[in-house]
Amino acid sequence: MAVSSTALGRGATERPWLKPAVFVACLLPLALLVFEALREGLGANPVETITRWSGEWALRFLVLTLAMTPLRRLGGWRWPLRIRRMLGLYTFFYACLHFLTFVWFDHDFSLAAIGADILKRPYVTVGFLGLCLLLVLAVTSNDYSVRRLRRNWQTLHRAVYLIAVLAMLHFAWLVKADYAEPAIYLGAFLLLFGYRVALLLRQ
Amino acid sequence: MAHIVRKRGDLKESDVTGRELYLNRRQVLKLGGIVAAGGIGGGVAAAQARGEPLPGVTRNPDFVTDEELTVYKDATSYNNFYEFGTDKGDPVENAHTLKTRPWTVAVEGQVDKPGRYDVDDLLKGMALEERIYRFRCVEAWSMVIPWVGFPLGDLIKRFEPRASAKYVEFETLLDPEQMPGQRRPVLDWPYREGLRMDEAMHPLALLTVGMYGEVLPNQNGAPLRLVLPWKYGFKSIKSIVRMNFRESQPRTSWNDAAPREYGFYSNVNPAVSHPRWSQAKERRISGERSLLDSLFAKRIDTLPFNGYGEQVAHLYADMDLRKFF
Repeated sequence: MAVSSTALGRGATERPWLKPAVFVACLLPLALLVFEALREGLGANPVETITRWSGEWALRFLVLTLAMTPLRRLGGWRWPLRIRRMLGLYTFFYACLHFLTFVWFDHDFSLAAIGADILKRPYVTVGFLGLCLLLVLAVTSNDYSVRRLRRNWQTLHRAVYLIAVLAMLHFAWLVKADYAEPAIYLGAFLLLFGYRVALLLRQ
Repeated sequence: MAHIVRKRGDLKESDVTGRELYLNRRQVLKLGGIVAAGGIGGGVAAAQARGEPLPGVTRNPDFVTDEELTVYKDATSYNNFYEFGTDKGDPVENAHTLKTRPWTVAVEGQVDKPGRYDVDDLLKGMALEERIYRFRCVEAWSMVIPWVGFPLGDLIKRFEPRASAKYVEFETLLDPEQMPGQRRPVLDWPYREGLRMDEAMHPLALLTVGMYGEVLPNQNGAPLRLVLPWKYGFKSIKSIVRMNFRESQPRTSWNDAAPREYGFYSNVNPAVSHPRWSQAKERRISGERSLLDSLFAKRIDTLPFNGYGEQVAHLYADMDLRKFF
């Protein structure tokens, strides 16, 4: 993102609808949840439904975010880079909804209970660490931070790989027996990581 | 133990939703179905697809609770029955492939009357009774369900167990054709559970054939399942095809899958956390509630032995419940 500000400018004139369209599309999962909620379709345990929904969408947006760089290189397009930052921010958005569900519906904002869970339950610990890192990346995702941090910006934002590892741990750690779903995300992350490793090795 | 066990005397039968009442509710839901056809509200189909009523069932007033019942739809659409898929909505979708008649239960081991019994023969001469039990899942949610069945001990006596029978092992049907979830090795099929003989003979242990006054739906473990209200739900094995009376403690499926997390006893115990999550509280799924009511309902304290300590704590008097979790 740091190097592509001119490209961003050119792209914006090429497809002015791209960013607004992606912005709206990324809200569709939320719209779907609200729709289901209005028809009382969240099942016997709505808190669990919302927790799973928000967690899974955060994970999906993380996969999408990480897919933009390979997509740009493999397809030779510029648009993946124009929406990458927005996808990253949506990862943060859905992760925040996930956390809000936890602090509000599970713990009724009781700081003692939230703190105890974060400290005592390893899957909560890693999830919370991931969210903290996402917060850092979200607040430094603006153009001002890109200019101020210069080369450090890219180093800092490589934390996204660590976030992916933490998110995977968080997900897999609470599974009772069926690892099929975490395995799908793990496969996606391994592909995306592997692509980058292959690039590094070629250089 | 820190908690005082809830007394059964506190529970008034008159507070409990009667069979008449939840049958009336069914009429209401049918009306709801008409409304739904006009586009309002949803999820009435499950309520309409209710099963066959079980005749001649009397409520046993010694086994009731004043807590609000879980609604039928929730109790029959939010299930852990991995034989039909690991998602809680899977069993209600997939369990129609299970054929519950004819159904044979093999009785083996240390009994004088072993054999292969047809389930209807086992039911002959058993007075069906309704009991309202709390049901606490190891995943920290709970329900309140009116089961229909008879004491497991009454059936066991008919097989004339020998003194050498110290444990009973139970097994669920193994048939990937009928149970598509068994095509994936999520657990080491068939599902196995077990009880110590004194646990199996305890009057709370209910061999169950129905719920809400009706024949047990497939997704809830038809045609024959256990209900052990003082233990985590996974001990209440479903769709039983085998009972084996043994001298030694049997292996059990979840203990095999994760020995550190699921013990042989698995009594509900708020003081012993699951290694990955707390068991101190539970989310109660009960009553006709709006979405907002569900979201803002506070989790409630889990009681030792799920509130049945007065009846069962003596079974474990000399045991360290942290070790034998």
